[in-house]
Amino acid sequence: MGTIQPRVTEPVSDEMALVQAAKGGDVAAFEELVRRYDRNVFRIAQHITQNREDAEDVVQDAFLKAYENLKQFQGQSKFYTWLVRIAVNEALMKLRRRRPERMVSLDEDVKTEDDSVPREVADWSPNPEQQYSQAELHEILSKTIQGLPPSFRTVFVLRDVEGLSTEEAAEALDLSIPAVKSRLLRARLQLRERLSRYFQKNGGDATK
Amino acid sequence: MKCSEFLQELTNYLDGALDDRTRSELEDHLAWCHNCYVVCDTTKKTIEIYRDSQLYELPDDLRGRLRTAIIAKCKAKRAGPEKV
Repeated sequence: MGTIQPRVTEPVSDEMALVQAAKGGDVAAFEELVRRYDRNVFRIAQHITQNREDAEDVVQDAFLKAYENLKQFQGQSKFYTWLVRIAVNEALMKLRRRRPERMVSLDEDVKTEDDSVPREVADWSPNPEQQYSQAELHEILSKTIQGLPPSFRTVFVLRDVEGLSTEEAAEALDLSIPAVKSRLLRARLQLRERLSRYFQKNGGDATK
Repeated sequence: MKCSEFLQELTNYLDGALDDRTRSELEDHLAWCHNCYVVCDTTKKTIEIYRDSQLYELPDDLRGRLRTAIIAKCKAKRAGPEKV
């Protein structure tokens, strides 16, 4: 059983040159940075907010905030990590506005019982996702990740969907490395558990 | 390696971040513990399914509209905050 292969990322060698040009007022250079990362920011925003309109707002607000604060970006981290940090904060703010009754915090360390190995787990079909159309699969994945606490799905999307390293995710979320690892493990296990309903051998049940 | 120890190392294992010795101990455990093998295998599939799903892709038309709006606001900022 192999390890997970990270997503291939675009070369960043010329990125500092674009950032420098944008700092100097070159809007075309900034537009290139937007082209490079708008899909990622949208994906992250929609994973966190679970709302299409909010995700659109987050894309606009995050890039605008990045543009306004470019001078504060000193280049100790990758531009993308810095941008993700801004986008995550904007997305969490949207979430708080929609759910004022619930504290939404990245520090939220939800207690679960999955510190022990799940028992009597059912194996999955060989290519479980192929049992469903793409639209059905998207609905399953979307519904499943919505059930996770925001702090878990934020870590999951950065590490496993966007392919940030543990260190980069910790920096973007202002969390310690052990905190990122702990949330990632719980997020992965909870998603696995919930997806088993649809993907297990002999009778995945999408009707529940 | 016990099942609880396997779980502690699962994330590092899937990320390819284990030293050779721990990885070998973990794989020995997976060879005889079917339960942990299934947890490991289906967790890996969970990650791959999400990563490869193209869930929440930004449609081209929306992408164009968002970029136009962002760049217009950046230009307005550059021209002076009083114009925003």
